[in-house]
Amino acid sequence: MNASTLNRATPYLFLLPAALILCVALIYPVGYMVWASFLNWNPSQRIGDAEFVGLANYVRLFSDAQFHESFAVTLAFAATVVSIELVLGVGLAMLLDRNIRGMSVLRTLFILPMMIAPIVVGLMWRYMYHPTVGIFNRTLKAAGLDPVPWLSDPGWAFVSVVIADVWQWTPFIFILSLAALQSLPSSTMEAARVDGATPWQTILHVKLPLMMPVLIVTALLRLIDAFKVLEVILVLTNGGPGLSTEILALRISRTASEFRELGAAAAMSNLLLVLLMALTAIMFVYSKITELRNRRQAA
Amino acid sequence: MTRDKTSPTFFVLLVILVLMSTGPIMLMLVTSLRLNVDIMSETSSLLFLPTLRNYETVLCNVLWYTPEHLSRCDKTFGRALGNSLVVSITATALTLVIGCMAAYALVRFRFFGRDVVSFSTLILRMIPPAVLLVPVFGIWTYQFGLDGTLSGVVLVYVAMNLPFVIWILQSFIRQVPLQLEEAARIDGAGPFAIFFLVVLPLIRPGLAAAAIFTFRIAWNEFLLGNALTDRSTRTVPVTIVNRLTEYDIDWGVIMATGMLLAVPPIIFTLLASRQIITGMTAGAVKG
Repeated sequence: MNASTLNRATPYLFLLPAALILCVALIYPVGYMVWASFLNWNPSQRIGDAEFVGLANYVRLFSDAQFHESFAVTLAFAATVVSIELVLGVGLAMLLDRNIRGMSVLRTLFILPMMIAPIVVGLMWRYMYHPTVGIFNRTLKAAGLDPVPWLSDPGWAFVSVVIADVWQWTPFIFILSLAALQSLPSSTMEAARVDGATPWQTILHVKLPLMMPVLIVTALLRLIDAFKVLEVILVLTNGGPGLSTEILALRISRTASEFRELGAAAAMSNLLLVLLMALTAIMFVYSKITELRNRRQAA
Repeated sequence: MTRDKTSPTFFVLLVILVLMSTGPIMLMLVTSLRLNVDIMSETSSLLFLPTLRNYETVLCNVLWYTPEHLSRCDKTFGRALGNSLVVSITATALTLVIGCMAAYALVRFRFFGRDVVSFSTLILRMIPPAVLLVPVFGIWTYQFGLDGTLSGVVLVYVAMNLPFVIWILQSFIRQVPLQLEEAARIDGAGPFAIFFLVVLPLIRPGLAAAAIFTFRIAWNEFLLGNALTDRSTRTVPVTIVNRLTEYDIDWGVIMATGMLLAVPPIIFTLLASRQIITGMTAGAVKG
């Protein structure tokens, strides 16, 4: 092999290991799942022995009241946590956007909740929500108030799960919006100040519009992640009481391991995947559009 | 650099925020230092004598001495800790080497299919573990014969992390000046020498960020680990969830286990928060 063929082959050689692994362990499984969603398959069978049932799994899902409820819970959960986290995260970024000593220490402490295992996050919140020894009910009792059924009442369980997620992920939005805020051109801020804009007017009419592209991408990223949440809820409530906190990812894992219906679980995975792909495509198109617009403005 | 003045209300707000974000972690640490009888007692107070007994219980088979309060040593956790370390370190090393090479090829070479590869990396990045559960279980068990082995878990973790690592490293490699590589080429270095001796040392901060993200996901992951491991290959998150389903939860011991699982990510965060934040911002903003 001479030098020029080696040079031409180099990019492919560099890509080969990654491509191989992604094909074997990511793309092939996803294709396998699409195929499995047309089968009536249980975990003790080889896939070849499973019976082909066409669209039966999907048809059953669409008429399954439990799946509808689980889907509704997923949408409600994702919408609730992302909106609360956006408001809190952006608000905090506006408040803390100043030159103060120890800001980097603060940011370090804020990212801790995101770095810890979701299993452990679930564990500590489950302990805090404990009906008798948890810190919340102890505090309520000490204040002479009635204990709250944090995890045993359907309505409260949803609230508890949302609180845990907000605790863990608000810092993500906070850090990204703080970075966006600090990269805004200082001349624009100066101009707003000279024109006599109040701090509120600056935030509403100058800062927020300028941050919008970053905020939208951040919100979409969080939304995608909110659909993937599983471990925290698994540890806190395991989907209960009833189906009140059974989000889609949890339902997939329970359908596969408890009800042993791999075909149905695969069909659900497919639907979740299509949903996430749509969100990712929106994000991709949106960032391409802003990129183009910026380039045109610069030109 | 000038510092803004801080008002007392602002300071109070900061203290509250710090308490809110670290409070639950502190509470876990405190709980892990108490005995279960104390935790469950109605009249527990803030004052108590901290004890390391829960940690001794959890780590009994890796300690150099036999804790005297234990009649029987439960080896589950010590073994799981070993498994978790092997899996996360191997997965991180493999992901970095492979991801780095791919990212370099994507940034530096113009060849057919570059945009396609870039876009599919983005699409692959959002596949949730729950979606992989069914197919990976089926394929690993019936086709690859990898169920119950650590290499099976490593393979799926590498695949899950590669898209994100490629993504992050791309933005770091773009900042390496082309002239440096040109100079090395004129001096007679081949593509592999340029990559390993010129590019890799320059993107060390990016590698650190990518390593931390990969390690964190491999170390923390539960769902696929649960589906692919058996009694002897379980990782730490799997053992924690198994213990939680028991009727009588020993909160002291389980909090000690959780604390041990949380310690490596906490250490990384304290050491390299700057890199982590850079990685997070690069991954989100440069979409």
